[in-house]
Amino acid sequence: MILYGKKLAQAFEILKQLMILNGEIAVTVKELSNELSLEILTAHDETDRTVTGGYCGDLLSWVMGRAKAGDAWISIMGNVNSIAVAVLADIACIVLADGSTLDEDARVRAEQQKIIVLQSQLDQFTLCNKIGELLKVK
Amino acid sequence: MDVIIIKIKYDFHIHSCLSPCGDNDMTPENLVNMAKLCGDQVIALTDHNSCLNCPAALKAGKSIGLTVIPGMELTTSEEIHVVCLFEYIKSALEFSEFVYSHLPTVHNNPSIFGDQLIMNENDEVQGTVDKLLINATSISIMQIVSLMEKFGGFCFPAHIDKSSNSIISNLGYFPDDCGFVAAEVSKSCNLEVLKQSHSEINELKIIRDSDSHSLDWLDFENETIDCNALTFQDIVDSITIHVDCF
Repeated sequence: MILYGKKLAQAFEILKQLMILNGEIAVTVKELSNELSLEILTAHDETDRTVTGGYCGDLLSWVMGRAKAGDAWISIMGNVNSIAVAVLADIACIVLADGSTLDEDARVRAEQQKIIVLQSQLDQFTLCNKIGELLKVK
Repeated sequence: MDVIIIKIKYDFHIHSCLSPCGDNDMTPENLVNMAKLCGDQVIALTDHNSCLNCPAALKAGKSIGLTVIPGMELTTSEEIHVVCLFEYIKSALEFSEFVYSHLPTVHNNPSIFGDQLIMNENDEVQGTVDKLLINATSISIMQIVSLMEKFGGFCFPAHIDKSSNSIISNLGYFPDDCGFVAAEVSKSCNLEVLKQSHSEINELKIIRDSDSHSLDWLDFENETIDCNALTFQDIVDSITIHVDCF
């Protein structure tokens, strides 16, 4: 019975991955993190938030006016001002590319503001492509 | 004739409660008095993209015998911070208005970024600034030196050692065609290490400021600059011509 349950759970997971790949269901921050092997740098209570798009940029004044609510924001800027911009733009998560780091005061602020910050060793171009494929962004 | 040289303890980069990231305790009256207690003889008030608290700071400084230079920390279109200092409050306020017109119309959200309080010399709130002051202006790093000459001021890139909003972090190096003759490093900068990785800064006069956003940040051991007098021109001369501070 237990074995049957496990097999069912595995089958369900495969089906879910296929549906994500087909763009049939939304991707959450947690799934983004798992699919792209991202490290989560902040305490992560809010990883169920749906990611609906993406924005790539490092000039904060550009990001605040152009990133949309629900975007995964790909950047190399891990400073405290980035967190304020992330709150303002209501982004789903920040993805720091090229192994760029999160300042300690930014980490504290991100956790206070419930902003998830993820990290990848991949460069911004590669990350954008992979996230775009995952979200089926055209 | 012997030239008299005086050693001046200075701090040319301080924020008040006008900057959204500045503590609300950093009223012009408070910061001027704290700077005096810390032994500063000349300071500059340099809020983000605005000089609106400078009149109050100058009055506060005059009443306790501290020289206060009106200024601002401009954010260029490349998001590089540049400290801008003025001889006269009139020029500073004219430049402040010019800069404000070159900020995008993005409104401040005090709950996210902080308050932007305009104060008088009695620590009374006179108003708030609407546009977000930490945003980038449309003024490029290539324009700022000539703009400052036009408005009657002097400028230098701020905290060139920092990993964000610095000319080196944002452009990758310190360019020699912007017209800067001086540059600022932060309190904790290891200047020798910075010079090793960026030998192009050896030609510049380097100064060190606190970049205080809170009262406790004002107190730090700083080198002095050698001046003939506590006038704006003497101070600018001491930064640009006579003295290598380190």
